[in-house]
Amino acid sequence: MQLSLGPTQYFWPRERTLAFYREAAQWPLDRIHLGETVCSKRRELGTRDWIALAEELAGSGKQIVLSTLALIEAESELGALRRIVENGRFLVEANDLSAVQYCRQRGIAFVAGPTLNIYNAQALSLLIEDGLHRWVPGVEQGQALLAELRAAMAELGHAMPEVEVIAWGRLPLAFSARCFTARALDVAKDDCGFRCIEHPDGLPLATREGQRFLRINGIQVQGDEITDLAPEIADLRELGVDALRLYPQHEGMHEVVARFRAALDDTQAVARVGANNGYWRAEPGKAGLPLQPA
Amino acid sequence: MQLVCPAGNLPALKAAIEHGADAVYVGFRDQTNARAFPGLNFSEAELREGVQHAHARGRKVYIALNTYPDSARVAHWFAAVDHAAELGADAIIAAEMAVLDYAARTHPQLPRHLSVQGSATTAAALTYMHERFGISRAVLPRVLSIQQVERVCAASPVPLEVFAFGSLCIMVEGRCQLSSYVTGASPNRHGVCSPARFVRWDEAADGSRTVRLNGVLIDRFQEHEPAGYPTVCKGRFDVNGEVFHALEEPTSLNTLELLPRLAQAGVTALKIEGRQRGVAYVSAVARTWRSAIDRYRANPERWQVEAGWQTALAAHAEGHQTTLGPYHRAWH
Repeated sequence: MQLSLGPTQYFWPRERTLAFYREAAQWPLDRIHLGETVCSKRRELGTRDWIALAEELAGSGKQIVLSTLALIEAESELGALRRIVENGRFLVEANDLSAVQYCRQRGIAFVAGPTLNIYNAQALSLLIEDGLHRWVPGVEQGQALLAELRAAMAELGHAMPEVEVIAWGRLPLAFSARCFTARALDVAKDDCGFRCIEHPDGLPLATREGQRFLRINGIQVQGDEITDLAPEIADLRELGVDALRLYPQHEGMHEVVARFRAALDDTQAVARVGANNGYWRAEPGKAGLPLQPA
Repeated sequence: MQLVCPAGNLPALKAAIEHGADAVYVGFRDQTNARAFPGLNFSEAELREGVQHAHARGRKVYIALNTYPDSARVAHWFAAVDHAAELGADAIIAAEMAVLDYAARTHPQLPRHLSVQGSATTAAALTYMHERFGISRAVLPRVLSIQQVERVCAASPVPLEVFAFGSLCIMVEGRCQLSSYVTGASPNRHGVCSPARFVRWDEAADGSRTVRLNGVLIDRFQEHEPAGYPTVCKGRFDVNGEVFHALEEPTSLNTLELLPRLAQAGVTALKIEGRQRGVAYVSAVARTWRSAIDRYRANPERWQVEAGWQTALAAHAEGHQTTLGPYHRAWH
């Protein structure tokens, strides 16, 4: 099974981002995703910079994938998307149908990112006709759904594409036109001062009784918990999952990668370090909540 | 511009038509649509009667089949498409590719509208859906500003329908997992958001109330403080030591003042949210919008918002508050 570094969901200073990926190029990873997936206003690295970084990291022998925005609202964002799709060298992760359409028009293979809403074998097959090469299921697609989908693909006589499952990190739960970081800091989105850069792991949101709950990350809302599927590696293997996606965090990412690499190399089950991902077992995504009301 | 109104049952459908809806949208009584609430929606017999009622008056009925089936349940959604065609629906409203593909191949004559749950916000995404599944209309997610709506309208391969009034989803529809993060039940998979069976209200001795969703505290209200339905996005939470509506206030979308701009942009239909609401809501909202659209049609240059319209709409708004929401840049 391969280890893949998902796109960084947060906004970090340019030098920090470049240093992070130059280090990541030395880690025991098979694949690295680059690019901005949350907010087009985050321009510490522009499209050209991301592609240049991809060129630089390609020498590491790891596969480099250029990831794209989940929510596209403006013409300028479509222009940037077109430049990424037409980069001519690197595989592109489509997180919106706009990217799928651009790849399909040009006959370019793509990775279907977690926001594309593929829930069944027929939809997956249709996207394979469009050029889908690898699939990253969304957060709701747990073990049972994937097993069922795999069986349904076999029944249709279709081969499964490569599958990369989110195995570490805060789950992306929602996207909006509104910037929740700007709202929390009482600044207008159009004049936000890029304040999300002050929160390199997002802005914690707790309930009124102090229970940690969500993470605000610009226009994205995440679950607060860092989920961890390392203890489920045996199940993931049995399901035929090809790669594990690890979402970057500001500190300690090298250790996260090393732990997953050791867990893959070892047949012993590993203890859970992060939170249980309820979605994996078709339960509420947040760990420890009951499937039926109390 | 067509007025498309919600109907959660037969009386609401009849009321919507009586008060001026050009089309009503409805769902079957199961998880094939995004308002799969207990006690809501139509049996086949009711829908047959509803379609006859509408067609006899020259109005249309759209059937929402806008959830995302997993592989084991996909056949049930296909059967629902067959039922919609057999019942004589004027269109289905769908989001999921397998459902759209099945409909396009099996019932090519049955128009397919892309649901708001399809998350298409660009001409490129709309072109994909048009070329791939032959959609003839699309409903835009509630994320674009009015300027962006105008640009998408100009570039879209299909006519567009936009939300005009009703409860405001603030996330890109089809891409919000806040409900399933807490309850396991989601709009995409189960046709529900923050289902009522997980909601628990508790009243304290001092008259204050708390509301929880599957045990997670969504908000706390003082005695007599108005309290809304506890969807996660409308709760009050603590961010940086401040407690506030961190995502959105309980408020409804109201685009009445944008009617001329939406018309000039070439928007083909205005959609009213609220299949879960009753006859009183549907009647008042349909009547108000009918009047506003007719007045505009008769005299676009002299059109202006009438105070009575806004009063009528505010009475039916969540928390009695309305907002231009994402149409207005400052909301973002």
